[in-house]
Amino acid sequence: MKPPLFDYLVARSSEEAVKLLSEYPGAMILAGGQSLIPAMNFRLAAPAALIDINRISDLRRIDIVDGNVRVGAAVRHRDLEQNDAAFAANPLLRAALYHVAHVPIRNRGTTVGSLCHADAAAEMPMVLLLTGGWVTAEGPSGQRDIPAEEFFEFHMTTSREADEMIVSATFPGLPTGAGHAFAEFARRKGDYAIAAVGAIVERGADGVISSARIAACGISSRPVRLSEVEAALVDTKLSDDDIHRAGELAKQSVTAPDDAHATTAYRQHLLASLTRRVVRQAAGIMKES
Amino acid sequence: MSTRKFGAPIKRNIDPKLLTGNGAFTDDINLPGVLHAAFVRSPFARARINGIDTSLAEQADGVVAVYTCDNIGHLDIELPLLIPHPSMTAARTQRPLARGDVYYVGQTVAMVVAVDRYVAEDAANLVDVDYHPLDVELDLEKAIEDGTPLVHPTHPNNIAADFTQVCGNPEAAFAEAEHVTRIRVQVDRSTAAAMECRTVAARYDSVRGELTVWDGTQAPLGVRGGLASIFGLDEDKVRVIAPDVGGGFGQKVMFPYPDELLVPHAAIQLGRPVKYIEDRRENFIGSNQERTQIHEIELFAKKNGEVIALRDSFLHDTGAFIPYGIAVAQVASTSIAGPYQIPNIHVRFRAVYTPTVPVTPYRGCGRPQACFAIERAMDQLAEELGIDRFEIRRRNLIRDEQFPYTREGLLFADGLRVKLDSGQYTKALEMAREAIGWDNFAASQEAARKEGKAIGLGLAYYVEGTGLGPYEGGHIKIHPITGKVYVNTGLTSQGQGHDTVFAQIVSDQLGVAVEDVIVVEGDTGTFEWGVATFASRAAVVSGNAIHKTAIKVREQTIKAAANMLEADPADIELEDGHAVVAGTDRKVSLAAIATATNPLRYAFNSAAQAATQFAPASRHDGPPLIDGQHPGLEATDYFSPECATWAYGVHAAIVEIDRDTCDVEVKKYICIHDCGNMINPVIVDGQVMGGFAQGIGGALYERIEYDTEGNPTNANFVDFLIPYATEVPAIEISHLETPSPLNPLGVKGVGEAGCIAVGATLASGIEDALRPFGGKKFHQTPITPSMIFGAISNG
Amino acid sequence: MSRHEHLERSIPSTSADPKAEVTLTVNGVSVTREVSTRMLLSDFIRHGLRLTGTHVGCEHGVCGACTVMIDGRAARSCLTFAVQADGADIRTIESEAEEDGTLSALQQAFQECHGLQCGYCTPGMIMNIRAHFDSGEELDLSDEGIRELISGNLCRCTGYANIVKAVRRAAELAGKA
Repeated sequence: MKPPLFDYLVARSSEEAVKLLSEYPGAMILAGGQSLIPAMNFRLAAPAALIDINRISDLRRIDIVDGNVRVGAAVRHRDLEQNDAAFAANPLLRAALYHVAHVPIRNRGTTVGSLCHADAAAEMPMVLLLTGGWVTAEGPSGQRDIPAEEFFEFHMTTSREADEMIVSATFPGLPTGAGHAFAEFARRKGDYAIAAVGAIVERGADGVISSARIAACGISSRPVRLSEVEAALVDTKLSDDDIHRAGELAKQSVTAPDDAHATTAYRQHLLASLTRRVVRQAAGIMKES
Repeated sequence: MSTRKFGAPIKRNIDPKLLTGNGAFTDDINLPGVLHAAFVRSPFARARINGIDTSLAEQADGVVAVYTCDNIGHLDIELPLLIPHPSMTAARTQRPLARGDVYYVGQTVAMVVAVDRYVAEDAANLVDVDYHPLDVELDLEKAIEDGTPLVHPTHPNNIAADFTQVCGNPEAAFAEAEHVTRIRVQVDRSTAAAMECRTVAARYDSVRGELTVWDGTQAPLGVRGGLASIFGLDEDKVRVIAPDVGGGFGQKVMFPYPDELLVPHAAIQLGRPVKYIEDRRENFIGSNQERTQIHEIELFAKKNGEVIALRDSFLHDTGAFIPYGIAVAQVASTSIAGPYQIPNIHVRFRAVYTPTVPVTPYRGCGRPQACFAIERAMDQLAEELGIDRFEIRRRNLIRDEQFPYTREGLLFADGLRVKLDSGQYTKALEMAREAIGWDNFAASQEAARKEGKAIGLGLAYYVEGTGLGPYEGGHIKIHPITGKVYVNTGLTSQGQGHDTVFAQIVSDQLGVAVEDVIVVEGDTGTFEWGVATFASRAAVVSGNAIHKTAIKVREQTIKAAANMLEADPADIELEDGHAVVAGTDRKVSLAAIATATNPLRYAFNSAAQAATQFAPASRHDGPPLIDGQHPGLEATDYFSPECATWAYGVHAAIVEIDRDTCDVEVKKYICIHDCGNMINPVIVDGQVMGGFAQGIGGALYERIEYDTEGNPTNANFVDFLIPYATEVPAIEISHLETPSPLNPLGVKGVGEAGCIAVGATLASGIEDALRPFGGKKFHQTPITPSMIFGAISNG
Repeated sequence: MSRHEHLERSIPSTSADPKAEVTLTVNGVSVTREVSTRMLLSDFIRHGLRLTGTHVGCEHGVCGACTVMIDGRAARSCLTFAVQADGADIRTIESEAEEDGTLSALQQAFQECHGLQCGYCTPGMIMNIRAHFDSGEELDLSDEGIRELISGNLCRCTGYANIVKAVRRAAELAGKA
């Protein structure tokens, strides 16, 4: 299990990286490498060249911009997880990152790399979608923002153009007072999720839900918003019936076929359970089932 | 006398080396100029090879040689059938490199040797093989139907072996039964997955004509025998060394794997050292696996729960080849009655070829499957007769006074009668009952159920035939300069701690510190009699051989010391590295005794002066060594057990099922365990806990998956789920020590104990937990969340 | 032989194997070497530097046997190219004991608690724990906390219970408990 040959290129700036991408067809960006290098070791990936962006200091920044968390392309999961300003702005980041593999992987793996890898069961793409975030792509003609809804197209497929590099991802801060929760079930600690669900809910002084965002991963060919669930929760007071119905509605979002780790029917059941769990937690009405 | 070391929790001698990164595993050994091998492997489960074109690979820079079946000369053979048995006809074994056909995904087709492994892998991708794929059937039960695609055209219905054993008079007993319980159970395929994959490195000295092979094997003597016979070399010209080996668990007892022949072959041909370090993917598709069996078991009972007869018929998946014979199935079939008296047994198995990685023992070797079958059947019988699960077992257990308990008609894997030699089966069950809290469990279960919680108690009893023959040896020598004690045996360690337990045995006889006993094993250049490490046999067979040898050396030492100290041998005690005249301060070191018993010409140190020809103590009335005497303090002896010795134990667990996630939480897990006298209780516990973790894997996580075309779909550590620390629950272990009457140390094996009963225990507990939530049976492992969901959703 | 043409295009060539010079600190010693750019850090440490205490168990980042410290953090050396470690500070198992061979508290605890059997996973396990001990982060010495700390390192021999014990004992010996 040794990687195939490739040209190794070190980019000193994102402009240089983008230029190299155009010059070397078949090149890939090397950030943390925690998904790319295993694929190369299995010889499932054989990029003609790797463009190492780890030495671009600008890409290693975590900035809070207008209350949003902007994460550079070379920021390690672990740095984001331990960043208190990011946690204050969006506590879901830490909650979700806890489930991303194990610490030694998070020490090298990058959050933006995980978004670009776009595994359908990965946590961070789902969190980007859940929080209404976007990635910033830089190409030969400049930068553009791509909303999460448009970025994740399919399992391991994004709308990034071949000559573009994703230079950052922006996770919006959570509204003050919003309830939030993240729950995941995997066969083993640190594995990709069989299903994971995140929730952000806001309720008025009267206890009525004014907005709800729910998203899930592991259940489809990409991370998905559970919009029927969201719609059903708004204007309710989250009675047991409301929460039960939310779980039932969630089931229809499961499109993943039976696989070695889970049947579709089980995934539906699990998604329903996790949905109920996060809605309760997010609303702060933890109650025994 | 010093404190007895046998039975003490001694720290391991080997640890400092391993803890500091100074271990010497095969790939750590520096072989200047070494070349690296990589394999071309079949991507098809069954195919005919129309042609192989190696030209591009040969042209690649850095490639030194490319081998196929056409240029390996005398190696182009069907590999040996290691354990012949009359139940097999024309047993099939594979060729080092495929000729004509391939029979499983991963089978070796060509070998590339290059300057490094990177280039070797590049070039392996350049070997162009033209395959014509053939039909396959992966389902074990369908594989034996008429008209099913055959793995080997020579074997109709894919039957590799069909074997029946009978104990007592089952036909008569079947007729007397008042109740019959029938279940079908299935245990799925797993793999050893030792952390170090298999390894082999070879160097050939053409001047001396000597071949040295470093092999991460459990059977260096077997490998040497195979190499000598297949290469036509004298045994003395082949040295096989099993260096530090990173876990074996049975997968490494099989030999020769193709690489074990082809790497030495390339080293001889190319005149340079060659090594092959298997990678993880190859370990999944190229190294043998075990477990899939489907049992149809019937218990014939009286209304009071007494089981008077057992009938079992099972299918055993042997993969594409059967190089290790029927060993796994035979162990399962002879363990099927567990710890119970059941005097009448009819057990039949059919070993079935499937187009998959060949099946040979993996820790447990048929025992987990047999345990799963009999224990799930006992639970079922208890339920059907309305008898408490502990009670039905108690009524059937072999009673203390019945030992030794022979099952006439059943021959174990050593070809000898099944004779359960000793035990306190009823006491162990009572201990388990108390430890798990059975008497109060019904109330707490009821309370939990009222809260909607699914809590259950699982229980399983197991026996483990261990310590098989034919024999092992021990060689001990006291070094004249350092006084350190050198010990050799023919089998080898993959982490079990042999060096320490063998040292403890020797320490007790010779009165030396455990750290001063240097155990060297697994090197055919230092000791060449013996068999291998398998079937939980090292402590039993090598341990007793070393014990017998140590007694001989002790006698020599005392006799010589008595002579030197001018004392009665009866007054000599061996302690702290010295022979001491009891009750006095007169003593002499073992080094000095070893020196003095070796008549010398040259005085290389002060102690040696006493052994030279003109020293006062030297004999002057004849030859310095009298006829029949040997120099120094040294002996060799052997131990050959009359039959296997049977360890046993009881597992019990309390589990809770989260019905939201269908996850299993083990709230408490207890194990009562008896392996006879324990040499080192810390090491025994370590073996049990390690086996337990593998048992957890088999019970809940690990399953080798094939698609319908025969492609392995989870041949990696991402998808084949070995438990991490977060998945293995705590286990509370209690011991009984019922000595085995079959060997001087009274020991039984422990290596496989921990893994045997875990699947049956957790299935029992999960079934109990979910009884009010659907009442489904759990007759298959591993038990996945999807299976649990299936059980509760249809209820 | 349908693949032939396709294959021909990808004939590897050792002469075309790009090389780069790297300078890094390994166990406190600065080393400069020329490496193939595709060489994994694990192979570089083991075969380039002959520090064979770092083991390779899966080469896809799951087992943790190859764990070393890169700039103070535990990382998989099989999922890093040696060339990426240019300028980095690497620590391997060989740095864990005192120079005179005295075992560290962590190593002593592993021996005392029988926290290893075959010893193949042990160096990676220890480097992961070492990185956590040295990080200044809070040590959770509950069973769950320790199991979580060592999750990410597979061990096939011990069943982990004695490793859990060893971590707790090491914290005690090192005055961290």
